[in-house]
Amino acid sequence: MERRVNYENDLNLMATEPRLGLPGCGDDEPQRKTNPSIRNNKRTVPEISEVSSSESNSSITMSGSDDQDSPPPAKEQVVGWPPIRSNRKNCLQSSKRNEVEGMGMYVKVSVDGAPYLRKIDLKVYGRYPQLLKALENMFKLTIGAYSKREGYNGSDYAPTYEDKDGDWMLVGDVPREMFISSCKRLRIMKGSEARGLGCV
Amino acid sequence: MEPSELKRSKDSPNSDESTRRSSFPDEVLERVLSLLKSHRDRSSVSLVCKDWYNAERWSRTHVFIGNCYSVSPEIVARRFPKIRSVTLKGKPRFSDFNLVPENWGADIHAWLVVFAAKYPFLEELRLKRMAISDESLEFLAVSFPNFKALSLLSCDGFSTNGLAAIATHCKNLTELDIQENGIDDKGGSWLSCFPESFTSLEVLNFANLSSDINFDALERLVGRCKSMRVLKLNRSVSLEQLQRLLVNAPQLAELGTGSFSEELTFRQYVELESALSNCQNMHTLYGLWDAKGIYLPALYPVCTHLTFLNLSYAALRSDELAKLLAHCPRLKRLWVLDTVEDKGLEAVGLNCPLLEELRVFPADPFDEEIIHGVTEAGFVAVSFGCPRLHYVLYFCRQMTNAAVATIVQNCPDFTHFRLCIMNPGQPDYITNEPMDEAFGAVVKTCTKLQRLSVSGRLTDLTFEYIGRYAKNLETLSVAFAGSSDWGMQCVMGGCSKLRKLEIRDCPFGNAALLSGLEKYESMRSLWMSACNVTMNGCRLLAREMPRLNVEVMKEDGSDDSQADKVYVYRSIAGPRRDAPPSVLTL
Repeated sequence: MERRVNYENDLNLMATEPRLGLPGCGDDEPQRKTNPSIRNNKRTVPEISEVSSSESNSSITMSGSDDQDSPPPAKEQVVGWPPIRSNRKNCLQSSKRNEVEGMGMYVKVSVDGAPYLRKIDLKVYGRYPQLLKALENMFKLTIGAYSKREGYNGSDYAPTYEDKDGDWMLVGDVPREMFISSCKRLRIMKGSEARGLGCV
Repeated sequence: MEPSELKRSKDSPNSDESTRRSSFPDEVLERVLSLLKSHRDRSSVSLVCKDWYNAERWSRTHVFIGNCYSVSPEIVARRFPKIRSVTLKGKPRFSDFNLVPENWGADIHAWLVVFAAKYPFLEELRLKRMAISDESLEFLAVSFPNFKALSLLSCDGFSTNGLAAIATHCKNLTELDIQENGIDDKGGSWLSCFPESFTSLEVLNFANLSSDINFDALERLVGRCKSMRVLKLNRSVSLEQLQRLLVNAPQLAELGTGSFSEELTFRQYVELESALSNCQNMHTLYGLWDAKGIYLPALYPVCTHLTFLNLSYAALRSDELAKLLAHCPRLKRLWVLDTVEDKGLEAVGLNCPLLEELRVFPADPFDEEIIHGVTEAGFVAVSFGCPRLHYVLYFCRQMTNAAVATIVQNCPDFTHFRLCIMNPGQPDYITNEPMDEAFGAVVKTCTKLQRLSVSGRLTDLTFEYIGRYAKNLETLSVAFAGSSDWGMQCVMGGCSKLRKLEIRDCPFGNAALLSGLEKYESMRSLWMSACNVTMNGCRLLAREMPRLNVEVMKEDGSDDSQADKVYVYRSIAGPRRDAPPSVLTL
């Protein structure tokens, strides 16, 4: 829990968000250090990776970068690894450009009570019900149906999103295209909290 | 008829003794041996006795040289007078991943000069990881009037000008196969160099090149080459153009589409689908750059008889792949990007019971932020549905020992098992243990295993398992693994059939290197980089084993005593004379 100390100095909204997720889960911290042996795999709870770090200190792996005691910056790349031919790398890079320009739009999704975030490609879901279904499947929870008057009242969870102005909005109010262009991240709130949003 | 009467005078050393034993006249023996295609069988035959050695060398038409420096072109020409087809491999495999310095060598030119003198009727040249210049290509094009097939895989040093020379001069060309090369693409005009009278092309693969080609020239070329069976287009060819080509070439057996992403009108879509459905011989499909899911159904008519589908340039989603695979029941080989995720691989298991080979490439290998890709679950799902699976290349970000154990239980016939857990030294993500038991399971269960690539956190135990169980192993790739010299010693001591060993970033030192002293002459090569080997260790090896070439590549600024990159290989040609200054031959 020492990492909370860092947070208190930040002025970003994250610090004041009443989330139950462990601090340091998102990649808001630009200088996140990782041990190259233990990847910053978001499926792993941070505590586990800390334990593993100390274990791997004793193994003699030559990971081609710094020693185990001071993990190198997360983005350091090892030459020639993963072993992919340059040709394929170049092709993928230009494919990726096409994707970013025309296609995939990944945003982070946090759920109250979950220890780590997920990411979802908004462009994959042509309509709101599909997006909600995907969120339900991803987090194994029920969101239920949207109604203009009541929002998601009656369900355990409500999907909200942060828009370009930094406000937290209920998913479903605006046309999908407008939603896609303004959504920066998603947060699935617990129903009890969300009821405040639903009734205006 | 006395056998000795028919014997050629030039090849009868102990003629009395050998004629007593030999019951066939030479011509008959040569005729029989000429039917032998496998170069390993031929090697065995040549060792039987002098007669057979000579008969074999006179009847051999194709020579395979796995390491261009293991032998010289003069020695090859002296032994085999009648070669018409040559396959040559040059640089160590890790040059594909930028671990070998530029201008390291493996230049084809010296070979071409000898071939021009000794094999004027040379027909085929297949090169892998060789350096070849435009001048060499021009020389090739004009020196061999019967030249038919050129295949360049992972080569570099040439430009499209060299291809233009080939197109211009090789009147009998049947195959031009340019794959994954470091080519200087100066434009597509080379394709227009095929003369209008030229009709013999059967294989054309220019998928590797990025510039636009003259489509009219291509259309005419394809139209007049009625025997064309393999056509792999580059990205600049549009869907509409593809349709026009297919209408004139329904006999194609292998097709690499160009870009599969433009907007089509309904009529264009129908025409494309119709053109594809006429290709009844098509068994391989490739390319599909930037494929959009909505146009994939046009492929359905072809899918029913497909045996090889290469989607490794199409970033498909799981649902798109699933829909496509539902139409591909006969698939034996499948290459995909990990954008299809585990769900896509579940569809593989459900739809492709005949699958023998699966390769899953990462779409974002260097991006640690985005979580997609495949996990152990996808691999397990495939193993349940595809019991005939024997070749796998799998890039993933997490794996468990238990999953691998299940996989090999379902598919015990693996011959090639290449698993790449992309984060170096990563353990089993559930138990946090090393991945030793995973590879232990592989080598214990898969007795036919020939090729193995290991990854993840591995101790010496993995290598103990490999040395003890992997008795048929020929190629082993190791990175960021092992705990001590003992690991490599186990491999050198136990894997009797080992031919190629490539190691990077492992704690193996001189003791490990020298434990293989006896072994290296029976291997093709050894590569060790970023390990603990020193110059003294290498010098000792070179001194003890004079028939090995021990080459050290130094990095700038490294310690003088460290041997940063070591490449050891057997050779009957002695140390090479074309090494650049950064490569020291000891």
